[in-house]
Amino acid sequence: MKSAKKMLSGAEIVWESLIREGVEVVFGYPGGANLPIYDTLTAYRDKIKHVLVRHEQGAAHAADGYSRVSGKVGVVMATSGPGATNLITGIATAMMDSVPMVCITGQVAKTSLGADAFQETDITGATLPLTKHSYLVTHVEDLAETIREAFYIARTGRPGPVLIDIPKDIQAAQTEFEYPTEPIHLPGYHPPENATEEQVDEMVAMVNKARQPVLLVGHGVLMSDATKPLLKLMEIANIPASTTLLGIGAVPASHPLNLGMMGMHGTASANHAIQEADLLVACGMRFDDRVTGKLATYSPDSEKIHIDIDASELNKNIRVNLAINADLATVLEQVLPGLKNGNRKEWLDRIAAWKSDAEQRDAVNLESDTLMGAQVIKAIWEGTPDDTIIISDVGQHQMLEVQYYRHEQPHTLVTSGGLGTMGFSLPAAIGTSFHAKDKEIWVIAGDGSIQMNIQELGTAVQEGANINIAIINNGYLGMVRQWQQLFYEARYTETPISSPDYVKLAEAYGLTGLRIDRLDDIPAAMAQARKVKGPVLIDFVVEQHDMVYPMVPTGASLDEMIRRPHPDKEESKTA
Amino acid sequence: MKQILIALVEDKPGVLNRIASLFRRRNFNIESLVVGHSEVPGASRLTIVTDEEERLRRNIIRQNLLKLVNVIDVTDVTDLPCILREHALIKVQSAGATRGEIAALVDMYRGRIVDVGMESLVVEITGEPTKIESLIDVLATYGIIEIVRAGKVAITRGPQNPTDNGNLHLWKSSRGKASQDKARWKGMTV
Repeated sequence: MKSAKKMLSGAEIVWESLIREGVEVVFGYPGGANLPIYDTLTAYRDKIKHVLVRHEQGAAHAADGYSRVSGKVGVVMATSGPGATNLITGIATAMMDSVPMVCITGQVAKTSLGADAFQETDITGATLPLTKHSYLVTHVEDLAETIREAFYIARTGRPGPVLIDIPKDIQAAQTEFEYPTEPIHLPGYHPPENATEEQVDEMVAMVNKARQPVLLVGHGVLMSDATKPLLKLMEIANIPASTTLLGIGAVPASHPLNLGMMGMHGTASANHAIQEADLLVACGMRFDDRVTGKLATYSPDSEKIHIDIDASELNKNIRVNLAINADLATVLEQVLPGLKNGNRKEWLDRIAAWKSDAEQRDAVNLESDTLMGAQVIKAIWEGTPDDTIIISDVGQHQMLEVQYYRHEQPHTLVTSGGLGTMGFSLPAAIGTSFHAKDKEIWVIAGDGSIQMNIQELGTAVQEGANINIAIINNGYLGMVRQWQQLFYEARYTETPISSPDYVKLAEAYGLTGLRIDRLDDIPAAMAQARKVKGPVLIDFVVEQHDMVYPMVPTGASLDEMIRRPHPDKEESKTA
Repeated sequence: MKQILIALVEDKPGVLNRIASLFRRRNFNIESLVVGHSEVPGASRLTIVTDEEERLRRNIIRQNLLKLVNVIDVTDVTDLPCILREHALIKVQSAGATRGEIAALVDMYRGRIVDVGMESLVVEITGEPTKIESLIDVLATYGIIEIVRAGKVAITRGPQNPTDNGNLHLWKSSRGKASQDKARWKGMTV
């Protein structure tokens, strides 16, 4: 079926192309160099929703959050110069966490390029190492195909952000438009093929032979939709699994074979199990330094299998015995038939012993009279259904969230992992609210993090975003303070931080604001928040000096954890 | 041993920048990089020499290059029989008396004298990098004024083109008629 070609402007082609890519919502901010695009939006209002943020960084995080829960490509728009540079932190966040995103920036007219024109910046150059790919469109005839390629690159293989920079005169120029339908022609872009039969056989043999195996579950499991075959593998072969920060939710928290998170603030049982393992099966994770601790002593006696869709991750940080470059879900399905039922009682018993020991040693005193951050998060967990989406920011509250909110379902935790971007949570939550309309959404942020993109309260109110914002307010940049206490002789340089009166601030922005400082008041506050349609902010004033335990100091082996000091004893460093 | 990579890339703006940026960002060291046209119109061929010795690290460099969307193919020819050549122009001090001597030396190295002035000569030499080093050492006694070297280029011995695998074939055949290659793109169509 061939439709007649129509003449459209570059600006119209942008919207037409986005609609054909299935885009429902765009997060952005208009300015001089993308005015033609915004001017033509009026004609597409019924097909596509635009969310006006308060700062372009917010747009990037919102698109990121939207993508992480929807599995779709997040779309961002910004103008040239400062608009584009404001996206950079958001782009880097998405790149580190492999989130598919298309960023469309306006650029000064082609005729002014290179002249240091008003609001000109070389954004393709600036973002080159932070994007999966980028384009500067120089002919309006190329625009539709460029957008199509950008979406394809963003969502296939190891996903990531793609930037398209469109000069203003290209937005205004007219051309015949027909959205291309032929296969995309990218001779240098090859998502990986499947595992070979030999690789599958070898993996099966290694797993069947292992006596003390551990599965390492990363973000790739969620992105590849491999949670079902992964659970089958765990259950057939009786293998315990530990997740990375971004792998949380891939294995239900209550699953008896779930060891919890690994790494710097992982559970002691996961870290001990990894160190003592005789086989590690790494699935869609990249052996980040927060996960491995000291590389030289990482899991010294284990054979290692690494499955990743990105070939450049294999043997990068950790040398492995079997490297498989393929889609995870496919590989796991392939190995299932060969797996033997593993009897690993001895191994699982050892792990259970570590687990119960850790539960006693590292837990926060949940009976405390002073409100503790951990108590707030546990109360939120108790008061919310399993499909609640938590968007946590970066810091102590993020690690407490991992420890005290038990995620039973995939894609229920959204957080900035690799880049550790403070200020991520509020805009990301606004983004998720455009997909998960029927779910409860909770932001968990620190008083430091929330102030980094606090301006997005305005967006939340304007859009009526149905989100609940929990601020774990301890008056400190808590995680930095924790490092100062442990490694810089408690010199708390520039970590005490003041906050505005969040209740008044909420009122000023036009949303409901509450302040809670007693554990008993939390259920009532949550009930009240649930009744409100639209955003609600709760300022939880908590104890100021608590620390996150256990902790593997930088440069230490994974099993050299600092444990929670016994109330009567000196702080103990122990395995 | 140095690592020698042959890369075929799309001849588009910014591709060299992407490659240079990748080496910088990943802390890989480029010893020499030469770009020029290849036998395929629209595709440039690079010879990249790195100082990476270790096999797994070498593969990581190759895999990172392959991740660049505009890089069509990368072959590591370090362990393949291949011809490695470098080109140099060397300006040497030479007033009348030493001309004959230098000419004889250059001849032994199968170089050529391409410019003669009252006080200098320009020598052109092509060969393996070690041969060029050797000639430079010999000419140093006469006084070297200026050297320009063109970096190393490599080609494998034998009838095969190592970069001419499926990707290149696809590149050649599909230019302007991508749809005919549907079968080759199984799983990659949108």
